[in-house]
Amino acid sequence: MNSGIYAKFDTSFDDFSLQVELSLPGQGISALFGHSGSGKTTVLRCMAGLQKARGELIVNGECWQNDRIQLPVHQRPLAYVFQEASLFSHLSVRANLEYGYKRIAASERKIEFEQAVAWLGVAPLLARHPDKLSGGERQRVAIARALLTSPRLLLMDEPLSALDQKSRREIMPYLEQLHEHLSIPVIYVTHAADEVARLADHLVVMDNGRISASGPLTETLARLDLPVHQYDEAGVVIDATVTDIDHHWHLVQLSFDGGVLWAKDPGAKPGQRLRARVLARDISVAHQHHQDTSILNVMPATIVGIADSNHPAAKLIKAQVGQTPFLAQLTAKSVSLMGLDIGAQVWLQVKSVAVID
Amino acid sequence: MTDIDWQTIWLTVKLATLTTIILLILATPLAWWLTRTTHWSKQIVASIVALPLVLPPTVLGFYLLILMGPTGPIGEFTEAIGIGLLPFTFTGLVIASILYSLPFAVQPLHNAFESLGERPLEVAATLRASPLDRFLTIVMPMARPGFVTAAILVFAHTIGEFGVVLMIGGNIPGETKVLSVAIYDHVETLEFAQAHWLAGGMLLFSFTVLLLVYMVNGRAHRSRHQ
Repeated sequence: MNSGIYAKFDTSFDDFSLQVELSLPGQGISALFGHSGSGKTTVLRCMAGLQKARGELIVNGECWQNDRIQLPVHQRPLAYVFQEASLFSHLSVRANLEYGYKRIAASERKIEFEQAVAWLGVAPLLARHPDKLSGGERQRVAIARALLTSPRLLLMDEPLSALDQKSRREIMPYLEQLHEHLSIPVIYVTHAADEVARLADHLVVMDNGRISASGPLTETLARLDLPVHQYDEAGVVIDATVTDIDHHWHLVQLSFDGGVLWAKDPGAKPGQRLRARVLARDISVAHQHHQDTSILNVMPATIVGIADSNHPAAKLIKAQVGQTPFLAQLTAKSVSLMGLDIGAQVWLQVKSVAVID
Repeated sequence: MTDIDWQTIWLTVKLATLTTIILLILATPLAWWLTRTTHWSKQIVASIVALPLVLPPTVLGFYLLILMGPTGPIGEFTEAIGIGLLPFTFTGLVIASILYSLPFAVQPLHNAFESLGERPLEVAATLRASPLDRFLTIVMPMARPGFVTAAILVFAHTIGEFGVVLMIGGNIPGETKVLSVAIYDHVETLEFAQAHWLAGGMLLFSFTVLLLVYMVNGRAHRSRHQ
């Protein structure tokens, strides 16, 4: 296995123990998701070597740590973006950016200074002092500074969580762009489901120092046994293509493997690839196809799983439309009265589809 | 003021300058070790470093005199390598001053290092900086106010020392006679005019030094919170 990341860590401190074994894709964004205290930041720090742990780390064929080798932090070709931007307060923005850039051999530089500056839009800030930047600007500089070491692995520890809503919205497009620019793997720690839906290709869910699920995003989000669903955020993310645009009603038709959904037009072009998020609480289930409903999106589906939810009154239903799984949150009473069971053919009524753009 | 007074002032400044330079070099790694270590001996070392703060200077001077004297281990050593005995020499005075002012160098540096926190060093490590590189490019510049404070305090404290000097250096003009001792001598011989000159000068000097320290710290504090 030459491509991909293999990580295995075993450590404990205070009364917390961490035991993880992970195989992650060698490119794209892998989200490490879980609530605070689940150990996701610790996994990231172990990968960086900032936290000592027994274990193994192989990144695209290179061993950074095993029983015999333990590369110190500064010898691991990675970059780390911390929760708070942590710019060096005694250096200008330019000197901050150059700090890592100057410390790698010219032949190792795959990302040029001007390139990173342009990607993160920090050109107007170069002469300034970190104290004079807004939170969002600071984090953009920190990301550019990290990229300028031309890392072979980018670790991001909740880079948006210390920012206000406005700064988060401002920085998100830059992160999405990085996805296109970078061919290196990114591991992105977060506890925000919307960031996962937006950015991740691969999802790892952590709970109490253990991995509770790891797999491709759409597949993993649709699993019924995830602690993620405790957060009232249960739902799936669908990769779709824009196949029709209804200019009169400002709607777009999104085609996915197994069906179509109509959503509010975000200004999309035909043929564009989009992601859409459908929350479990926005789907209801019917035995018949009702024509007299305000709901636009009604699709035939097969129930493939039923699980308890975080409240005794609610159940989580997994139903497949073609090859694509959806989750629906229903009351336990409805499930019982309707006699829903695995294998039942039903109609899913989707009240709301959020296009992620 | 007499020539002897000028000679005394010059000797005092030379002693203080040398002590400051040597002490900053010695105290930097010591303070850094105290900041980073989790070793069990940390508290013991920290206490030893702080001892001169609470010990009467005469006690410190007394032990140094014994240690560096002809029957003390240091004295035997310095005689064996041909330097001779250190008490009542300028070198002996420098050594005594270094020990006497040690906490005034270590503590401001220790505080400055502690207030940096772990994060800037972790960031620098992920940006490929080796431990020495991190110390030189992150710790030293960020802890600059600590270095300035340490240097000023050590210099001023050395200028003002009296008890240790008398115990270890005595009163040899041009070799070990420093300002504070000279003032004492002037008063003893009822030369109040000269005592006034030197004492007034010391007062003004000390005030200026403290004002400088407060101004430097105040500025560093402000710039951190802007």
